[in-house]
Amino acid sequence: MLCMVCKQREAKVHLTQMLEGKTKKVDLCDECAKAKGVDDPAGFSLADLLMGLGAANELAQSMTEAGEARCPRCGLTQADFKKTGRLGCDQCYETFRESLSSLLKNMHKGTKHRGKVPGGSPASPATDDRLMKLQQDLLAAIKAENYEEAARLRDAIKALKQDSANAMA
Amino acid sequence: MKLSEFLTSAEELARRNAPAHPIVMSSRVRLARNLRGTTFPGWAKKPDRIKTCEKIQAAVESLPQMTGAFSQSMDALPALEKQILVERHLVSREHAAKGAGSSFVLSRDETLCVMINEEDHLRMQSLRPGLQLSEAWRAIDEVDSALEKRLDYAFSPELGYLTACPTNLGTGIRVSAMLHLPGLVLAEQVNQIIQAVNKLGLAVRGLYGENTEALGNLFQVSNQMTLGESEAALVEKLGKVVTQIIEQEENSRAVLLEKKPKVVFNHIGRAYGILASAHIISSKEAMNLLSLLRLGIDLGLFPGVPLALVEELFLVTQPAHLQFRFADKLSADERDILRADMIRERLRTVNRPQPPPAAPPLDNPGET
Ligand SMILES: [Zn+2]
Ligand SMILES: [Zn+2]
Repeated sequence: MLCMVCKQREAKVHLTQMLEGKTKKVDLCDECAKAKGVDDPAGFSLADLLMGLGAANELAQSMTEAGEARCPRCGLTQADFKKTGRLGCDQCYETFRESLSSLLKNMHKGTKHRGKVPGGSPASPATDDRLMKLQQDLLAAIKAENYEEAARLRDAIKALKQDSANAMA
Repeated sequence: MKLSEFLTSAEELARRNAPAHPIVMSSRVRLARNLRGTTFPGWAKKPDRIKTCEKIQAAVESLPQMTGAFSQSMDALPALEKQILVERHLVSREHAAKGAGSSFVLSRDETLCVMINEEDHLRMQSLRPGLQLSEAWRAIDEVDSALEKRLDYAFSPELGYLTACPTNLGTGIRVSAMLHLPGLVLAEQVNQIIQAVNKLGLAVRGLYGENTEALGNLFQVSNQMTLGESEAALVEKLGKVVTQIIEQEENSRAVLLEKKPKVVFNHIGRAYGILASAHIISSKEAMNLLSLLRLGIDLGLFPGVPLALVEELFLVTQPAHLQFRFADKLSADERDILRADMIRERLRTVNRPQPPPAAPPLDNPGET
């Protein structure tokens, strides 16, 4: 197995860390492990490591597969992101949406914002959870070609969205 | 107004803040925000950055919380003043290196500050002494709510507040507490604690140190994940973890005092001896010894000596604070001499540590 940072030397250090119930794995060669401060618990943060190189590479790679993606607003390309680990503007999140989603899954507790919302109170988490469950059920129903159930779920989602929109207004 | 005239003196600041908490030095909450449809500072061209900076700075200055604030473009701040802001944790090292197109605003009471065009368009922070995470969150939440009426934030209902680095996405919040943990360090338990805290998805870093060194036994605990949880949940989680670390620190102090009192008194006594007698002392050595002095005060070995004295010395012995007191540019060697002079002078009225009298042996009770 090759080191996920330099992709040259054999990986000798294998790290597994439980973060919020998710197992995350990193494989490194001795040199890179040392360079990343893995041997020192005080300095080591898996999230930083994933972001710093592994994830940026991962993102750059999936962007290569998708062709030379370039943000239409700010002109940022995969190579730019790989170099700095930083995006160029808010539109970048839309441009690189798909590649970012796997990166975010590794980096954060969830992929859906549950905090503050400008101009009002956030939708209640309870509503969010119900909505997510309904949407999953809807997908399952469509997949199973159970269109009657799907129609019912679609209406339920619509109603729930309407409710929370009214509550926020 | 000049920054030096604006800032509270280290002495006054320490008196105001201490003793807020024996173990928790300070609580901080920072929020990252960006403007909609505007290139992030690190990727924007200089003229655009300057334009954005002026717009944001005007909005920040107009906040009620910023009445009488200090507000300055980074290129108008001398290097020494920037360094003082870094030593007070009001500005990041990255921001201190910025020039035109970046700004800094500090509230009159020095508890709220905003870095404009750091990595994100806005990095706003609330800084409070002791353990006040919820209070710090509430204060910065209010600033943010007032600002969102004046600025159009980059926000997505799905991903939350959009930030230059995906690690800050969502809430854009970093909740942190600076802890003084000499007991856990002396008991060699601090790495265990760090690992346990890491497992909860929180980061622990040595403070001030290059790389991982924890100068002055100071550690900063903060959240790493910003997406998928609410601000209140993150504040609460960090608060719980900090409370547990405080218990562990108190526990290890109690165990050390019971099992190895001589070792503890030896460390504190030697620290006092060096601080009170040295003629040359580096900033690093001073921090580590002042930490032990602080522990001694916490343990009651220096009756009548306020924690504020150590807080003040922590700050005034930092290189930029020290340089600031002297008109001539000091070399590192000169600073080490002046630092030692200053500490000796401040400790002149502090008596040698008084360990509590040994308890009478149980099998040989004294006369009644
Ligand atoms: Zn490697
Ligand atoms: Zn972009």
